[in-house]
Amino acid sequence: MTFLKRGLTRRRVLQTGMAGIIGTGVAPMVFTRGAWAQENFCNNPTGDTVTFGLNLPLTGAYAEEGADEQRAYELAIAHLNGEGDGGLLNVLTPSALKGNGILGKKVGFVSSDSQTKSDVARAGATRMIERDGAIMITGGSSSGEAIAVQGLCQEKGIIFMAGLTHSNDTTGKDKRRYGFRHFFNAYQSGIALGPVLGEQYGSQRRAYHLTADYTWGWTQEESIKAATEALGWETVATVRTPLGSTDYSQYLTPILNSGADVLILNHYGLDMVNSLPQAVQFGLRDREANGKQFQIVTPLISELMAKGAGESVRGIFGTSNWHWNLQDAGSIAFTKSFGAAYGSPPSQAAHTAYVQALLYADAVERAGTFYPPEVIKALEGHEFDGMGNGPTLYRADDHQCMKSVLVVQGNEAPTSEFDVLNVVQEVGRDTTTYDPSIFGGELGPAEPAPLC
Amino acid sequence: MFEVIFLQFLNGLDKGAAYALIALGLTLVFGTLGVVNFAHGALFMLGAFCAVTVRMVLTMETVTIDPEKLSPWGTPLEVREPLMQAWLGDFGAVLVNYSVPFSILITIPIMLVVGIALERGIIKHFYKRPHAEQILVTFGLAIVAQEVIKSIFGPNPIPQPMPTDLRGAADIGAWLGMQANIITYPIWRLVYFLFAAVVIGAVFAFLQFTTFGMVVRAGMADRETVGLLGINIDRRFTIMFGLAAVVAGVAGVMYTPLLPPNYHIGMDFLVLSFVVVVVGGMGSLPGAVAAGFMLGILQSFASMNQVKAIFPGIDQIIIYLVAVVILLVRPRGLMGRRGVMEA
Repeated sequence: MTFLKRGLTRRRVLQTGMAGIIGTGVAPMVFTRGAWAQENFCNNPTGDTVTFGLNLPLTGAYAEEGADEQRAYELAIAHLNGEGDGGLLNVLTPSALKGNGILGKKVGFVSSDSQTKSDVARAGATRMIERDGAIMITGGSSSGEAIAVQGLCQEKGIIFMAGLTHSNDTTGKDKRRYGFRHFFNAYQSGIALGPVLGEQYGSQRRAYHLTADYTWGWTQEESIKAATEALGWETVATVRTPLGSTDYSQYLTPILNSGADVLILNHYGLDMVNSLPQAVQFGLRDREANGKQFQIVTPLISELMAKGAGESVRGIFGTSNWHWNLQDAGSIAFTKSFGAAYGSPPSQAAHTAYVQALLYADAVERAGTFYPPEVIKALEGHEFDGMGNGPTLYRADDHQCMKSVLVVQGNEAPTSEFDVLNVVQEVGRDTTTYDPSIFGGELGPAEPAPLC
Repeated sequence: MFEVIFLQFLNGLDKGAAYALIALGLTLVFGTLGVVNFAHGALFMLGAFCAVTVRMVLTMETVTIDPEKLSPWGTPLEVREPLMQAWLGDFGAVLVNYSVPFSILITIPIMLVVGIALERGIIKHFYKRPHAEQILVTFGLAIVAQEVIKSIFGPNPIPQPMPTDLRGAADIGAWLGMQANIITYPIWRLVYFLFAAVVIGAVFAFLQFTTFGMVVRAGMADRETVGLLGINIDRRFTIMFGLAAVVAGVAGVMYTPLLPPNYHIGMDFLVLSFVVVVVGGMGSLPGAVAAGFMLGILQSFASMNQVKAIFPGIDQIIIYLVAVVILLVRPRGLMGRRGVMEA
């Protein structure tokens, strides 16, 4: 009991022992906790491949966009794996992409037809996450789908790189930490289109809205209504039409004698491909009202819709996220790659899909891990260029890309079946940037990363 | 206000004509063969795709590569020349322009053959089976037809332009001596309404004023007695199935300029046409036509902003609401006969 005589009581020995065990056993875990978490997350790719989950509306109102997105994703994946001409990998700055997959793993994909329905989109995403081990979900051409799927991805701890979604809510009141949007939104459409409409049609106009009855339509109507009323226009009526409607005649007849001299079609995809020609068939563009020529405006328009609507789209104003005929290095490179692969120029849906796939891959390379919270950090506040929209910021506050927006007009004298829209004006990022707090919402936490 | 109401009424007639035309074929099959034909929408869709095919043939092009010119993506430019105009000159151009009406001539024999083959090959085996089994087999047929069309033509709608002379709107107000541009309506929709009226009238006249029609009507009333008289009523009913397929097919052809057809177009109309048939009274031809027009007009008026201000969303439910009320008040529908679909 010599030790005891030196003041080392049995209690002291036990305390020292316990401290030693804690010191040597547990303390290192403080330093390695992140590393442990980075190995245990949803669908951590352990083999030599990594799988993207493509959630695409291959049927339904936005089927054309879905098909073009699929082509773009397949092209992006080929380029990420070092196949083809490399496309935008050659012009993205800064870039950590090497053309050898992502972190050395070959990129593959699984896909699901969302049918342009939110519930089907969510079910498809769930299946791709739980059954197919998708590390990232991307795609969609409807804001209803985007909001449903990004909510799911937040629960599962899977990053969602949205495809074509234009509702303010996607990165507004329904924004999520795991959701990112490259595409512009309805508010930015209003900012860009308002002044052009004022210049073209004056300040004394009476507008009648037909609006697709879901989140995108509502926010599109709200945004364009605010923009035109700021010009001095009066809103005669706002009428909701079900998404996927085919016959608009009963909604068009009341416009004829409503006192309106502008019809604003807050429709997209097949809805617009149906509603715009029907509005023209009703003779709206041949009419005079209030002593002015009647006009039709489509706040969001794409090449695919313009092609589908045929001659009806000629002379009509709208906004787009991107156009294949832009002459910057990124747009030229992408149009060349896509055209060579598929024999037609890419749509704005294809462009945003392709860019989102590359931006995710680049963020993983920069983060050095697939661990979603680290990838999120790499994307938040990231500045990049070369993707066809000028210098672009992935804003950290709402995960919305801040970049230029195009005002386009239906081509009056197309020279080919692809030459359907003209870029009238490129509205710069300084003009289209807005305060993220105006739409509310909370991103939510990145960590702890949920385990699916 | 008169113009507003008149326009909605006109729109209702236009919608009603489409509903009545589709429901007519459906009730024709039910009235003669007693079969609940869920493949009727698919027949409408097949007719629409006859028009698509005819236009594809008429607009075939020769493709040559011009190595001097490049596409925006750097490949040699394809130069396309229309074949029909090269072969037939101005007549070729007229054929292309009027491809939709021209398609009717091709569609009638095709749909007649399809209808007769369908009845002889499959439907006849289900005459004495319960309605539930008839519904299952015809619904299955509809899905098969849909998938075949989808695999050939793809999932997306294929626009069919109307003839250039029939585009735009007619100034009906000016025709009636009113101020110009007050009551205007798309010319093709008026054409569709007239077409539907002619087809419906022709079917009724065929049944009313021909010996064949008289026998069919007698067979609808009492099949066994007509058979005992030595008349091959089955053969006549087979032809009636073919006739119903033709009516559905030509309805589909003429609808293509109003709604670009895709593989699903038949299903979009199927539910609605069943509601029309049930409201009209199962097996009653005048009932189906009356119900088609009534529901079309009601739906059009329910879409007026003044009505929706009082009953929001009424335009989406009016048809089903009216169906419920009518079936509560008149369980056999507007003109339904006793004993039809009643155990």
